[in-house]
Amino acid sequence: MTDFHWIGKDHKRPDGPDKVAGKTLYIHDLTRPGMVFGKIKFSAHAHARIVRIDTSKAEKLPGVLAVLTGYNSPEVRVGFMRDNVALKRGKVRQFRDEVAAVAAISPEIAEEAIELIDVEYEPLDAVFDPVEAMREGAPLVHEVDANGKPVKTNIMPLDYGHQSGDIEAARRASKFIAEGTYSVPRIQQSCMGTAGCIAEFDMNDNLTIWAKTQIPFLAQRDYNRALEEMGLSGKNARVIVPALGGGFGTGLDTHCYEFIAILLAHRTGRPVKILYDRFEEFAYLSPRQSATTRIVQGCDADGMLTFREIEVLQDNGAYASWGATYPTVMLLPATSLYRVPNIRFSAKIVYTNNTYCQAMRGYGNPEVTWALECNMDDLAAKAGIDAYEFRRRNSNVPGETTPMGLQVSTCGMVECLTTTRTRLGWDDKRGKNEHTPGQAPRKRRGVGMASLIHVGGSGRIYRSDASGLTMKLDDFGNVNVFYGGVEMGQGLHSSITLAVAESLGVLPDQVHINQTDTATCPWDVGTHASRGAFMACNAAILAARELRGKIFASCESIFPAEIKKNIEKLRRKDPTFTPPDIDIAAIAKKENFDLARGIITLRGLPNESWAQIDIGRFLRAIHFRPDGDMLAARAFYDPPSELPDWSRGRGNMSATYTYGVQGAEVEVDEDTGEVRILRMTCALDVGKVLNLQTLKGQVYGGLVQGVGYALYEEVKSEHGRILNPGFTDYKLPTAGEIDFPIDLDFIETADTFGPFGAKGVGEPGLVPTAPAIGNAVFDAIGVRIHDLPITPEKVLAALEARKS
Amino acid sequence: MKTEVGFELNGIRVSAMVEPHDRLLDVVRDRLGNTGTKEGCSEGECGACTVIVDGRTVNSCLYPALEVEGKKVLTVEGLLSARNRLSPIQDAFVEMGGAQCGFCTPGMVMTTVALIERNAAPTDGEIRHALTGNLCRCTGYVQIVESIRRAAEKVREAEKEKGSP
Repeated sequence: MTDFHWIGKDHKRPDGPDKVAGKTLYIHDLTRPGMVFGKIKFSAHAHARIVRIDTSKAEKLPGVLAVLTGYNSPEVRVGFMRDNVALKRGKVRQFRDEVAAVAAISPEIAEEAIELIDVEYEPLDAVFDPVEAMREGAPLVHEVDANGKPVKTNIMPLDYGHQSGDIEAARRASKFIAEGTYSVPRIQQSCMGTAGCIAEFDMNDNLTIWAKTQIPFLAQRDYNRALEEMGLSGKNARVIVPALGGGFGTGLDTHCYEFIAILLAHRTGRPVKILYDRFEEFAYLSPRQSATTRIVQGCDADGMLTFREIEVLQDNGAYASWGATYPTVMLLPATSLYRVPNIRFSAKIVYTNNTYCQAMRGYGNPEVTWALECNMDDLAAKAGIDAYEFRRRNSNVPGETTPMGLQVSTCGMVECLTTTRTRLGWDDKRGKNEHTPGQAPRKRRGVGMASLIHVGGSGRIYRSDASGLTMKLDDFGNVNVFYGGVEMGQGLHSSITLAVAESLGVLPDQVHINQTDTATCPWDVGTHASRGAFMACNAAILAARELRGKIFASCESIFPAEIKKNIEKLRRKDPTFTPPDIDIAAIAKKENFDLARGIITLRGLPNESWAQIDIGRFLRAIHFRPDGDMLAARAFYDPPSELPDWSRGRGNMSATYTYGVQGAEVEVDEDTGEVRILRMTCALDVGKVLNLQTLKGQVYGGLVQGVGYALYEEVKSEHGRILNPGFTDYKLPTAGEIDFPIDLDFIETADTFGPFGAKGVGEPGLVPTAPAIGNAVFDAIGVRIHDLPITPEKVLAALEARKS
Repeated sequence: MKTEVGFELNGIRVSAMVEPHDRLLDVVRDRLGNTGTKEGCSEGECGACTVIVDGRTVNSCLYPALEVEGKKVLTVEGLLSARNRLSPIQDAFVEMGGAQCGFCTPGMVMTTVALIERNAAPTDGEIRHALTGNLCRCTGYVQIVESIRRAAEKVREAEKEKGSP
């Protein structure tokens, strides 16, 4: 394996010092001269006709600059299906519907003005259960689609599926079959920094918007379309991304509040800030989708999987966000986790009057992996095969092409499985169902494991899956990097810094990453699908190659002259100095130069300081000469993958795939139903470690989100109203619960397409956590919990049900 | 009805006109421009707004501004040395990867300052206990606990250096 200067070691993050000093600026900290504050009035009903909106009192309140409704402002359509509008007209379909908005000189006045807006509604029958929503005669959430065409059903017109092989024949030929239905709840992404933006127009009607987004360029496209709808055709939105304060998928959509800020800014001529508080974040920013998954799998007498059938039902809520497209990622585990010859996958996504849902880390993958990996244990038990051994036999392997058409370049799944077995002490603990030593006899321990596959080389879900990167050198040897993706805490800037230092040949301290800004950075599809480091580092490698070519070509003339100056200077100090008799001009060919740690050297010259020049000095020499030049390079990297045919569920959507296995050891109290985690393990095929510190951070953080998903978190609602909109009633894991060891093992498979061999790792940490824990609970007490989260109440109910 | 309150912020006498409903957080962030302290939940659950008042950590989102009269307030901005260097505690968070998105970080750091002040060598259990009022969604707390353990070491090393002639 190549020896790297920087890649693969433990590095401090370049954004760390400002963050610990409180100097990093988030949307919450930004202000603009003349800025005013926007506030939104949300619906009082889950489903109702808007009869009348009276804004007169609000308009008269001193300090109020504008009051907007769907009736006095341009219609701005929102979402990829265009089924939503920024300010509602006609009817509301969920409690989070925006019915009016104000701009005022202070947040307090804006709040007061909102209270003064009087909305009269005529309530309509509503539907909150996706199964009921599919029944004939159910209240329609949308009577017409975005084009005004009547619709007859709440089932969304999204077609995702897969069929390969002959399921019925395989079912008949199977020796063992296991089936089950599993569900996952809506959960809140819970970014510590809440959502917000500032919108500001210049006097040419061009917009600048500081947005908490993960998709600055797709957001620019959406905002530009909004400008058109506002009668500002040809005008441009410039998107600037402040420090994010967490993303986790909340920034994949453009949001109604952003369009409302744009409308208010245009109406008032002032910069307008809308900032959600925690209650609004919970109640009016979309959570993760819930899903119910029915799974049937079969195997032969040797425990080889024969078929798999998966049906998913998603409660989408009232409007389409990208969250409606979770099945694009559900297809990964459904078709390609383990080797299964016969597969059927189908998904229904249904409108209801619940709050609409959006993306979150893992994007459909944890939803299906929960069902699939629980079912693997059930099937292994039926076949009488150890659950580890069952997985190993069916493990994915390098070089395979899966039923979906995924081309597996590298795959460390078997190593991940064996590592998990060792780390957990599987052979000593599995199936032993032991009492906890020294504890009351009703505390039982168990171990479980679960695997994952995820996109590791970006995920092509848009007509371009590219990322551009520009490097600009200055007179001082600094490399200014412009990348259109978003640092949201994951460590992207650290990865880019190391990749640039490594591939260009400079010191990490010479690399400066600029703020993401659509006006200065090249296009990028967005920071999602675990693609940030994979894409940015590949683009950096390409740009660095071009830049090194330019540097070395210029060195042919510059380098000998600079070395001559070095020699003359040395001779002035030490007249006896005699350089070796080498014709420098003759060997100064571009292929003979090297640049490492910011120093240019020439092969054939001794390793002495007079025979080297600093990159900064070279750059000044090329700049300050007749016909001077300043060097920059750009790259636009589009990974080798294909846009799948979603209705057939076929296509190699990523350049490479990340595999991993998590293990859990738990103790279950049969008296209280409480599940205590004793140890978690995670073995992950990362391709190659880029920065050990940030890699660990991603995996620890993902895994603990997985623990929250498994044991604690659920957005509860009743008739469409969210019941626990705050951290008091919505349980996030705290440091108190995370009191167990987490063993991380990184398996390096040196991927063919990965930058330096690395694969994407942003999401996998949370994908198999819940089923690893669920399987450990089963191992401990012999009951299967089908519905997340695994609460004490559900454990006790399952134990009770087993008795009777 | 605005009232003037005077207090010491990071060693400097300051004053601000406050309304009865103003919170210490509003005064520190909006009136005095110290935006290092973050507002995460506005109800004392997340700890992002943690500051130290007369040696004790408080959630500045719940602390009435009027009550700060005559007191000493320490925020994350007050931790930097006179020469604008990170304190050993902040340095430990950088060294051990304790910050990801960074939004909870100032609150985590302030909680650490108070913890180490009263317990120079906290165990992991004591660290986790001290952190239960500070939520983080990025890190899973592992590298934060490691940062605090390292911070305590660094503070002890610095004390030793100070103590030796």
